[in-house]
Amino acid sequence: MKLNGAQILVNCLQSEGVDHIFGYPGGAVLHIYDALDACTAINHILVRHEQGAVHAADGYARVSGKCGVSLVTSGPGLTNAVTGIATAHMDSIPMVVISGQVSSTVIGNDAFQEVDAVGITRSCVKHNFLLTDVNDLANVVKKAFHIATTGRPGPVLIDITKDATIAEIEFSGYPETINMRSYQPEIKVEAGQIAKAVELLCHAKKPIIYSGGGSVIGNADKELIAFTRYTNFPITQTLMGLGAYPATDKQSLGMLGMHGTYEANMAMHDSDCIVAVGARFDDRITGNLERFCPYAKIIHIDIDPSSVGKTVGVDVAIIGQVNDALTALMKALEGKTLGNIDAWWQEIKEWRAVDSLAYQTKAGVIKPQSVIEALYEVTKGEAIVTSDVGQHQMWAAQYYPFDKPRRWINSGGLGTMGFGLPAAMGAKLAMPEKEVACVTGEGSIQMMLQELSTMLQYNTPVKIVNLNNGYLGMVRQWQEFFYDKRYAMSYMDALPDFVKLAESYGHLGIKVEKEVDLKPALIEAFKQKDRTVFLDILTDPTENVFPMIPSGAGHHEMLLAGRDEMASTNDEGLNLV
Amino acid sequence: MRHIISLQLENESGALSRVAGLFSARGFNIESLTVAPTNDETLSRMTIVSVGDDDIIEQIIKQLDKLIDVVQVTNLTAAEHTERELVLVKIDVNPSSQAEIDKHIEEYAGKIVNVSENIYTVEMAGKSQKVSDFLASIDANKILEVSRTGVTGV
Ligand SMILES: Cc1ncc(C[n+]2csc(CCOP(=O)(O)OP(=O)(O)O)c2C)c(N)n1
Ligand SMILES: [Mg+2]
Repeated sequence: MKLNGAQILVNCLQSEGVDHIFGYPGGAVLHIYDALDACTAINHILVRHEQGAVHAADGYARVSGKCGVSLVTSGPGLTNAVTGIATAHMDSIPMVVISGQVSSTVIGNDAFQEVDAVGITRSCVKHNFLLTDVNDLANVVKKAFHIATTGRPGPVLIDITKDATIAEIEFSGYPETINMRSYQPEIKVEAGQIAKAVELLCHAKKPIIYSGGGSVIGNADKELIAFTRYTNFPITQTLMGLGAYPATDKQSLGMLGMHGTYEANMAMHDSDCIVAVGARFDDRITGNLERFCPYAKIIHIDIDPSSVGKTVGVDVAIIGQVNDALTALMKALEGKTLGNIDAWWQEIKEWRAVDSLAYQTKAGVIKPQSVIEALYEVTKGEAIVTSDVGQHQMWAAQYYPFDKPRRWINSGGLGTMGFGLPAAMGAKLAMPEKEVACVTGEGSIQMMLQELSTMLQYNTPVKIVNLNNGYLGMVRQWQEFFYDKRYAMSYMDALPDFVKLAESYGHLGIKVEKEVDLKPALIEAFKQKDRTVFLDILTDPTENVFPMIPSGAGHHEMLLAGRDEMASTNDEGLNLV
Repeated sequence: MRHIISLQLENESGALSRVAGLFSARGFNIESLTVAPTNDETLSRMTIVSVGDDDIIEQIIKQLDKLIDVVQVTNLTAAEHTERELVLVKIDVNPSSQAEIDKHIEEYAGKIVNVSENIYTVEMAGKSQKVSDFLASIDANKILEVSRTGVTGV
């Protein structure tokens, strides 16, 4: 069958099982759009900005576990997509981004809408391809999906020249398998390392499991739960890992790190044996490396060897799939006796009693924390919650306990404001039967507002929970603490009327100014099954996120709401900001 | 410590810039880098000399290994190996200095590959240190141009 490159591409995507593509057309991809138009198996979502396309594909991937796919044109189409690609890369999200490129005959001539896509994206993709020959197309697409979805997942860019989409060849079908000598993602867990780990586990008096995004991406929730129950160890999870282990379970200590709970951070600090599961000892977790977990032996399970020993030295490295490693550990533990850790649980109980997430209420103001608590109540803890970046993100992570994986969708690694709304759209398309809430701030939401229009066109009803504090709150908080309250550019004047704005996009808007109206408004919003509702909630403008480990401090030096004066951070700490 | 890292990578456009980009993006140091195809024309051999403590070298090797185009990475310095570097140097030669220069060239097993109007072009190969020693043995004022290839090794 003779097909042109564009038709072959669409054919390959269909064979890959792609059912949604998020994209935006332009000259270089018109042949591809023409071929897509003739294909009924793939739904194309026409976004309003390419960054939104990539974030939506990302949200779709995080919720469904499938590979997200996005299609953009050359030049500005690609550059607009870069923030989305980098966001997916930092959080290891499987994704294939297809970008158009000028014809191979004019590459390098500064042709109209030409950018060096492969060069620009090189450091923020797992891999990328410049495809100029239609004969390579099917193989490259196969490789791209293979690379994106195996090992430690990540975004892969295919930059296709226009002439490669036009050229016709005899198409012999999509390859069933691919073998790449330079890419062997299957890593078998080493028995020797398992044995060493078991030795440490059996002697641990103060063990703790520290689980990250790898447990979610690696679909290891079942094994993680089984291992945690089996050992009776306490478990703490990172911002990216929330939900893999049920937050409401008695062994869960909540989130750790800069805004983690007192019990999680104290337990990490005092632990003598840390089992890191698909987590990468990121600086928001470790704080000052010199003061990080001074007493602990560390067992590190990760699929990516380069994550191990990168920032923190480890005692036992177990490289492989997280679920394989946990299963192997449990098997090796059979017949062995773990040490008695009652005293350790007793210590933890005392730290828990500090109740580090307690906050003070004030008459006449809506506390942002209470909004998240109400959201949890109204959705019975069952919603998919996407978030933007800022204080509201931390509050959502702290006050909405996630009991299932793939329900908490946020940009943890890159911290991309603007992620939340398009990600919510992608999430809703992935799971139309689930309630989706987007927790955002008046700053972040304005970075991707235009997607409200896409959400109307494709009928993706989500509930937008705007914690409107009138400030770039996270910036304001840091300025309050570390810059002597000099609030440079963290206040935004001239905010839009979000209710009218939502209405002009064809959605419902509700403004909430009083505490008493909060819950009824949320209930009302979720009653509107088929509509996107924008809840503009005026919250305490000066509330801060607590607890907090100031940069440069150790985990045992955290500050609690209303109890600690904010010590000014040292210079070393400011470097870590 | 100085390490010699040897890679085999797919002979594809862009592979070199992936490696070079990795070093600059992660702030790793490169002393020298050489690259050429191997007897298998689909593969290139790249040799990189980097200086760093063991943790950094380990991280460099892991990051290189993670690049999709990289087939194999070895730290040559970790085991028995042979390293060579070649230098081409133009030396100003006059009757009064010639004997002295000839002596050094002979001592370092260099080879005069071209002679023209008081200028020698000399080729010399050896370990990097030896290449440096050879260059240092020649009066600096007489050296007109130096081109070193960087280290390659097996
Ligand atoms: C694209 C982007 N630009 C800048 C930042 C830095 N930044 C982090 S949080 C924040 C403030 C966010 O304000 P808002 O969305 O209102 O959330 P709040 O902190 O007030 O809850 C800023 C500017 C960022 N994370 N992303
Ligand atoms: Mg705000």
